[in-house]
Amino acid sequence: MEGNSMAAGADNLLDVKQTFWDRLRYFSLFLKRDTSGIIGLTLFGIVVFAALFAPVITQYDPLDQNLADSKLPPSWTAGGTRDHPLGTDNLGRDLYSRIIYGARVSLTVGFIGVIIALSLGVLIGAFAGYIGGKFDAIIMAPINLVLSLPYMLFVVFVASVLGRSLFNVIMIFGITNAPIFARVTRGEVIRIRETAYVESAVCAGARWWRIIFDHILPNLIGPLITLATFEVSAMIFYEAGLGFIGLSVPPQVPSWGNMLAAGRLYLTSYPWIATFPGVAIMFASMGMNLVGDWLRDVLDPRLRRSRK
Amino acid sequence: MYRHFLTKFGQSLLLLFGVLMLAFFMLRLTGDPATLMMSREATPEQVEAFREAMGFNRPVIVQFLDFASNALTGDFGDSLHYRIPALPLVLGRLPATMQLAATGLLLAVVLGIPFGLLAGFKPGSLLDSIGRFLALMGQSIPNFWLGMILIIVFAVRLGWFPTFGNNEYNSVALPAFVISLPAMGQMIRLTRSTVLEVRGEDFIRTAHSKGLLPSTIYIKHILRNVAPPLISVAAIQFGYMLGGSIYIETIFAWPGIGQLLQQALGWRDFPLVQTVTVFTSVVVLVLDLLTDFAYMMLDPRIRYGR
Repeated sequence: MEGNSMAAGADNLLDVKQTFWDRLRYFSLFLKRDTSGIIGLTLFGIVVFAALFAPVITQYDPLDQNLADSKLPPSWTAGGTRDHPLGTDNLGRDLYSRIIYGARVSLTVGFIGVIIALSLGVLIGAFAGYIGGKFDAIIMAPINLVLSLPYMLFVVFVASVLGRSLFNVIMIFGITNAPIFARVTRGEVIRIRETAYVESAVCAGARWWRIIFDHILPNLIGPLITLATFEVSAMIFYEAGLGFIGLSVPPQVPSWGNMLAAGRLYLTSYPWIATFPGVAIMFASMGMNLVGDWLRDVLDPRLRRSRK
Repeated sequence: MYRHFLTKFGQSLLLLFGVLMLAFFMLRLTGDPATLMMSREATPEQVEAFREAMGFNRPVIVQFLDFASNALTGDFGDSLHYRIPALPLVLGRLPATMQLAATGLLLAVVLGIPFGLLAGFKPGSLLDSIGRFLALMGQSIPNFWLGMILIIVFAVRLGWFPTFGNNEYNSVALPAFVISLPAMGQMIRLTRSTVLEVRGEDFIRTAHSKGLLPSTIYIKHILRNVAPPLISVAAIQFGYMLGGSIYIETIFAWPGIGQLLQQALGWRDFPLVQTVTVFTSVVVLVLDLLTDFAYMMLDPRIRYGR
């Protein structure tokens, strides 16, 4: 698909024939000038690495309970041991291992949730924007409804009705975040639909699906990738929040939100149990936010000059 | 102008209908609200009796019309736990939540806007970097976690603030600060980018070339244009605070709507959960309407346009 390669480079200043390495060098040029982009990628890289290699870089099973070693403080404080660098929780589970494994839950929810939201939202938004008229009005009414409500309340409500499971959490976030993607896609599609090259494609007799998928959607890759990045960060955040009030994945699963919920009960006497999972959430979320900022600058040429 | 407002009002009514529908059907997502609300030890006979009493055995459409028409008269049914009407319970918790959210919003405005302005006036400066760092922090730090850390440091270790509740004059400080952070972050960002955008406009150049004092230009020409987007962000963030109060109020044991919701979830008191959800949505819808009205007052283009 030719439209695709152009939009993925997101710039037509360079020649159309770019190899993969050209493009990589081009992206890294922007990275060099943007320290926050590097920090973001590093932070997020660490989280992805932790999720992928969790069994290799930890020595305990995150579910292994050992009541004899429970509530041990971090290794650098009095009473801590080398065996448990970040200490242990109320059931004697190794906090370091749990946090590393927790990255898996967060990233699964973040990425699969966003993929679902993105696919649904783009499909809905593209058709609503392209067809327009009454169809658009009917499709967009529930979307605007969801977007104008106190989001977290409804998520909490649905989660409490459906019960705790990874599948439910992913589906809830996937479906409830689709409206954002739908709104962005619809707006862009309406704008692009009026351009001369889409008109000429219509005149040339292209079918509607060809126009949407070959001529319109490739232009949306830039804004959608940026939005998706921010949404991954938001979902990691929301999942942790849901876990914190006991509505995310089942309680024994090592997720950052669940760990915070457990840590809250021992807050004053064993504060480290709640401290470290929060740092992990902050790292992941900050990393993804910085990457999003950076991508927005790189992928949207209009914004480049406004940034100092 | 009136027409614009009436259209907006009509839309809000439609949204209200949508909220009622969502709240009604979400409770029935699993297909059987009766088992959902009963404890797991309940016998089938008890569940059946409960279903009868709650009217869950009637046709769904009848149930919905009943629910919607009762809701419009302020009757959301009884709380299962307290066995009294749910709405007065929620209203009783409202002042505490409003106090928390209003203080939080005030903090966000007082701290966020000046930082955003300074950052926008001097992009690239040290203040700009600090402002952007604060904004990023406000976005990335989970505020329910920060709340716990602040309790450990300022309430337990240093003893400056009470650890929970709303019984002392300085009780509101920690929860309000925590709840204000995301709003503050967004206000810094928005103020900064609006200032940068407006600074480049033609009418600012004209003002400069007329020889107006820079301070006059900033106050009269730039600040005025920063106001409208800030009002809508303030309204949106206030809505977020009401929704997010479940975390902050749980941590600080703040006797507001969020804590009530958290307790209601624990008791499986779904009529109460439903009431909190619908009520908060209505507050958000009303805020949205007020924002629109404020826009009309501030922006002559909207006032005379339609």
